[in-house]
Amino acid sequence: MLKLVSVAQSYGRKTVLNDISFQLTPGQIGCLLGPSGCGKTTALRLIAGFEKLDRGEIRIHGETVARAGWSLAPEKRQVGLVFQDYALFPHLSVATNVAFGLSGLDNDARTLRVRQMLKLVGLSREAGAWPHQLSGGQQQRVALARALAPKPRLLLLDEPFSNLDVDLREKLSLEVRDILKHEGITALLVTHDQHEAFAMADAIGVMNAGVIQQWGPPYTLYHQPANRFVADFIGQGTLLPGTVLNHRQVEIELGVLDGVVDGDCGEDGGCSHCELGCQVDVLIRPDDIIHDDASPLLAEVERKAFRGADFLYTLRLPTGGRVLAQVDSHHNHALGEHIGIRLGVDHVVAFRK
Amino acid sequence: MTPAVGCGEERTASAARHRSTRFVPRHILRLCFFSAPRITAWAIATLTLIPVLVVASALLDPDQEIWAHLWRYTLPELLVNTVWLALGVGLGVSLLGITLAWLTAACEFPGRRFFTWALLLPLALPAYVTAFVWLGLLDFTGSLPTWLREAWGIQHLPPIRSRGGVILVLALALYPYVYLTARSAFQGQGRRLMEAAQSLGLSPVRGFFRVALPMARPGIVAGLSLALMETLADFGTVSVFNYNTFTTAIYKAWFSLFSLPAASQLASILIFFVLVLVLLEQVSRQNKRYAHSARGGGGSTRIHLAGWRGWLVASFAGLVFLLAFAVPFTQLLIWAWYAAGTDLDPRYFAFIGHSLLLSGLGALLVATLAVALGYAQRLQPTPGMVFTARLATIGYALPGAVLAVGFFIPVAWADNLIIDQVRAWTGREVGQILGGTLAVMLLAYCARFLAVGFSSVEAGLGRITRSLDEAAEVLGVTGLKRLRRVHLPMLRVPLLAALALTFVDIMKELPITLMTRPFGWDTLATRIFEMTSEGEWERAALPAVAIAIVGLLPIFFLIRDPDAKAC
Repeated sequence: MLKLVSVAQSYGRKTVLNDISFQLTPGQIGCLLGPSGCGKTTALRLIAGFEKLDRGEIRIHGETVARAGWSLAPEKRQVGLVFQDYALFPHLSVATNVAFGLSGLDNDARTLRVRQMLKLVGLSREAGAWPHQLSGGQQQRVALARALAPKPRLLLLDEPFSNLDVDLREKLSLEVRDILKHEGITALLVTHDQHEAFAMADAIGVMNAGVIQQWGPPYTLYHQPANRFVADFIGQGTLLPGTVLNHRQVEIELGVLDGVVDGDCGEDGGCSHCELGCQVDVLIRPDDIIHDDASPLLAEVERKAFRGADFLYTLRLPTGGRVLAQVDSHHNHALGEHIGIRLGVDHVVAFRK
Repeated sequence: MTPAVGCGEERTASAARHRSTRFVPRHILRLCFFSAPRITAWAIATLTLIPVLVVASALLDPDQEIWAHLWRYTLPELLVNTVWLALGVGLGVSLLGITLAWLTAACEFPGRRFFTWALLLPLALPAYVTAFVWLGLLDFTGSLPTWLREAWGIQHLPPIRSRGGVILVLALALYPYVYLTARSAFQGQGRRLMEAAQSLGLSPVRGFFRVALPMARPGIVAGLSLALMETLADFGTVSVFNYNTFTTAIYKAWFSLFSLPAASQLASILIFFVLVLVLLEQVSRQNKRYAHSARGGGGSTRIHLAGWRGWLVASFAGLVFLLAFAVPFTQLLIWAWYAAGTDLDPRYFAFIGHSLLLSGLGALLVATLAVALGYAQRLQPTPGMVFTARLATIGYALPGAVLAVGFFIPVAWADNLIIDQVRAWTGREVGQILGGTLAVMLLAYCARFLAVGFSSVEAGLGRITRSLDEAAEVLGVTGLKRLRRVHLPMLRVPLLAALALTFVDIMKELPITLMTRPFGWDTLATRIFEMTSEGEWERAALPAVAIAIVGLLPIFFLIRDPDAKAC
């Protein structure tokens, strides 16, 4: 459906994108996730046709739309785009905004399509309103309706929810996902917010410094990060030093971890290629640490954050290392208190030092 | 509207003010109709309203005999001429202004950076100066036609002294108004909306017509109405071309026929045309809100006009620049060089002295009134106050000839009253006290140019956040003390801009100076008029160069303006 093959781009001497490849199957929602400046927006603009690539190729529906030295004009690509600031035409009403891209249709067909789209996004009653009269969330949905109205082959969304309140962001991202799935639209989203990415996307590419670090479903990214950057960028956690005992075991301060080893060390079949005694860093997520008053292992409460359903404690281990622990909210411990913990790791993620 | 809404004290949510009024019963608060800011604003508005009402009353009370005479001999020609002029200049400035604004704001072509500011330079030349230079160049005895006749045998050029000639010269002189407003509108849009149009399947050209142009419409209409107001107000250009319009007719009625009633009848009809433009402009201002509601999208990506297309655009911009500024300005310098030998005498320095004195006094007065009005509006930001400020600044739309008549009539009336009273009380005869003094001129300048100063001051005040006012207030600094210690220091740049703009405008102003100056009191502008009416182009060039050089001053402010600079 959408396919990028070794796409590269640079401004002057600064490389923005370096050998980007991925593809989306029909109806799939993909996401490029990364910190600002990682090149994700450039990738989106390349697909839309607003930038020109240096190397590689972009294909939509099997048709090449861009390769080195040649680029199909944006207006001929049939790619819908939802802008970060929505870019609604302020001089046009909601309905005329949605109708903007429907040039080939006669009047009746156009009216019908506009009505359909507004119904789809739940804004039938706002058809005659002006963009500036709408709330942020409504503007967002108008932008979506406008982009979908001409039945694009592919929909691109640039940080679509970043201008909204946190509450609305979550609600709307699920809503938009439902709409896209209902219409069977292939879409690519770009964001720096992992919650947004997790809520919307079937497959996520974590990007940094112009390179896709890892491409996969949200579950895999969280539980089996391919490298330190992904481990650090996705979810919370800390790294503790450890020593490889054998193929399936790593020893850290808190005890011996059993299980399949992922991460850097997992590339060639777990720790088998490591020598015994090889030094690694092991990723410990907050849900890997279980609070247990019976445990002989004690850690000091250094910081705590109440999050409603649970506490996020920052714990100081006897040797000075730190871990995060997610603990039920009725276990309210004071700063400086020593509490018992044990490990609940079923899957080891380790990176070579 | 509830009675309290008209009362500013209740609407400004300022802690300190509430403190001072806490024990005042509400019904007494409504009496703040007579608050100091309100009185100030109305006093300033009265200054503008007097001439308007005086002239408008002439329309309500037409003199049958004069009216019949005007209708038979002059009005048909004036109406036809004025309508043609407005249509022609309107079309000309729109075509030039919009295309040049779009090209410099959204495209990239050779010399774009230069043209971005160079295309503003024609603002430095008053239209009546450009006019006489082109007349001098293209008249039958002018250098260009003579050369064409002798070298090429070309006998017949289209006559410059024609309707087309006036329209062309005025369009070249006034297109910067549209260029300026349209350009800042195009720039404010950014690229994002054009990209949105493209992603919806529109080519850049169609995107221009369906997105960029409609969105810039309020700005374009505002610039266009300003250019048309200048066209209606123009006296110098049309009189050089012997093209009869209302302004020349008012001048003739007054100075050749000595009929003040006829002059005021004509002025009242002209005011009617102006009113239409004012309404047009006000409507465009209201629509402006959406021009600002959507921004974003760096303006960095321009449409690259490569190869011959880039050079075509560059030569178009270059041609406009040559015709509107470079050629006339160069010719002025050459003529001035020749004339300097004979004309650079003490009398010439007296013209300069008079011009500087008038412009300086006028600019100071306008800046003072502008600050007073702006501060009054800030203290009581009520709808009533905004309306009063609008009324006070409506004078920019009024042709100088109308203002001259509008101020002269009440001043003459007051003078007669004084003379009669003095005679009745003391038996002595006195001459006119107010008429024929600088006071009338300065009043008329203030009425006409207050808007120029006010818009600059108002924008400056708008950039000072209200929390600063409140910070000063809780620290015990209020009223005029706060104006002096907080606002005026922060208004330094806008005030300088206001002074410079008004200074130059007054220096260029012709009809007010010509019609209300004390007897024998010549300025640079009236000297130019005098010399051009005798066809002495070379001798008119010397004072014109002085005006043009001073006129370059405020253009630097415009170029420094971030909107104009972001290129």
